[in-house]
Amino acid sequence: MTTALRRYPVLIALCVAALFMIVPFLIVTVNAFKSPTEYAQNGPLSLPDGLYTTGIKDFWERVDFGRKLVNSVLISGSVAVLAVILSVLNAYAIGIGRVKGRTWVLAFFVLANMLPQEALVYPVYYLSKEVGLYDTRLSVIIVFTVIQAAFGTYLLSAVLGQFPREILEAARIDGANRWQVLWRIVVPVSRPTLGVLLVFFFIWTWNEFLLPLVMLISNDNQTVSVALGVLQGQRLMDATMTNAAALLGVLPAIVFFLVFQRTLTRGIAVGAVK
Amino acid sequence: MTVTVERSARAAGKGAAVRPPRRPRDSYALFLLPGALAFLAVIVLPFVMNTYVSFTDWQGVGSPEWSGLANYRELMDDSEFWASFRHSLSMVVAMAAIPTALGLVLAAALFDYVGKHFGSRTAAVLRACFYLPQVLPIAVAGIVWSWILAPDNGSLNALLKAIGLGSWQQDWLGDPDLALYSVMGVMVWVQLGFPLVVFMAGLQRVDPQLYEAAELDGAGWWRRFWHITLPQIRPEIYVVLTWCSIAALKVFGAVYVLTKGGPGGATDVPSYFSFTTFFEKTQVGYGAAISTVLTVVILALSLIGLRLQERTDS
Repeated sequence: MTTALRRYPVLIALCVAALFMIVPFLIVTVNAFKSPTEYAQNGPLSLPDGLYTTGIKDFWERVDFGRKLVNSVLISGSVAVLAVILSVLNAYAIGIGRVKGRTWVLAFFVLANMLPQEALVYPVYYLSKEVGLYDTRLSVIIVFTVIQAAFGTYLLSAVLGQFPREILEAARIDGANRWQVLWRIVVPVSRPTLGVLLVFFFIWTWNEFLLPLVMLISNDNQTVSVALGVLQGQRLMDATMTNAAALLGVLPAIVFFLVFQRTLTRGIAVGAVK
Repeated sequence: MTVTVERSARAAGKGAAVRPPRRPRDSYALFLLPGALAFLAVIVLPFVMNTYVSFTDWQGVGSPEWSGLANYRELMDDSEFWASFRHSLSMVVAMAAIPTALGLVLAAALFDYVGKHFGSRTAAVLRACFYLPQVLPIAVAGIVWSWILAPDNGSLNALLKAIGLGSWQQDWLGDPDLALYSVMGVMVWVQLGFPLVVFMAGLQRVDPQLYEAAELDGAGWWRRFWHITLPQIRPEIYVVLTWCSIAALKVFGAVYVLTKGGPGGATDVPSYFSFTTFFEKTQVGYGAAISTVLTVVILALSLIGLRLQERTDS
């Protein structure tokens, strides 16, 4: 009885801490629906009088937010799919094929993943200008496909290293060549891990800032992150517009979070143990 | 056993002369080809270029002029450069040390108290609240916080005023003495969810009997935490500390959106410093030297982290 009572303060303390974590989301939401005059009068802490949606609409039109969403989805989606394919090919050779010198190949991929983007950014900027890919979404897709695949190769090689050998042998006896074994056996069996990678690559690419900031200068090509970050950096927005921007930036993240929460937490566990 | 017999029988039937016995192993290397080419173009070539440029004097146009170690010598005397690395250490505290320590206590409390006595559902909801900032683009987190911390009519100042602490109001991001601490606070908020989720996953593989035995022996919560939880999830602690420290050294978006390195360089970090040197001052050689030093520091840290992990694995 007394021990049960002693547990409640811990629960309450944790709830307060959790509330502190989500308060920023709550007040952004509340303030995104206030009119500028209401904000000026009552400040950020009051509840809104009504649903004032003009601020959000104005902001949406001003930055052409729909276009930014399309860009972000297109870039992140392509990167996720391409990076998973590249990771699978690499990991198939390393984890299942056990190619010669695989430890070194793997070490190379790990280091490529740890490398700060700052050490690549100027040459990538310069080279993309030389080959005519500067300020195209394709340039960002190519770069992030490779960067994400570095992590994917590292993780997937470990997973495929444990792949049951009997299945592979059986397929080979049935006359499947390497290519068929990869697509008909290895990929379907590893689907859960590939799903985790797909989700992570999508969200990581969505959130990237430095390289897209440098590579996508024209308004038509920018991603959500870059468009919002640049606006904020210029300090051109008033308080209500800032909140509209923040809300529109937060919403996709919350949607991913709700849809993929299981995948995300499972994925982190997989990544951490390996 | 039967499998191997059958296989060699087949191979023999098809004619061993056509297929030399060693070849199969290496033809897998073909699968590495696309990856290898892409890596050469996108990672290796730019990285080598960046390192080369760091030994030259180059403004981004014309051809780079070899200047040996001049950029590095200049860096050693550049107080801005040293300041940016000092701020990096603060970021390691804010993004690795504090979240790891807090994350451990929170994960243990969620796992031990909440999970066991209020159900795993409650624990999962609380965990989700802590993890939420992690899925947010850092630029958006920056927008949210720069508004909350705004000097006039920012939420934090409004809150302080509302609860009668009006004299505590500050220009959180504009005051050179405070700005770094404000950015650190935001980064703790951003980063906390990652260690928490990793540690909670790690705790699931700890044998519950260990805790039960300790509880029977009369060990209190803190003693169980020190003697069971901490040693059991040491591998996860090393992983989290390594990853978070690397993330802290690379931090860019938050500084760009929150303070632009200001006021007066008070929150400048190496990645932002190299960014402005590249693209605003167009001293490409010097910027390359900064990012090369950053790379060396990060790779050294990664190797130490991997070593520690390996040691706990064996």
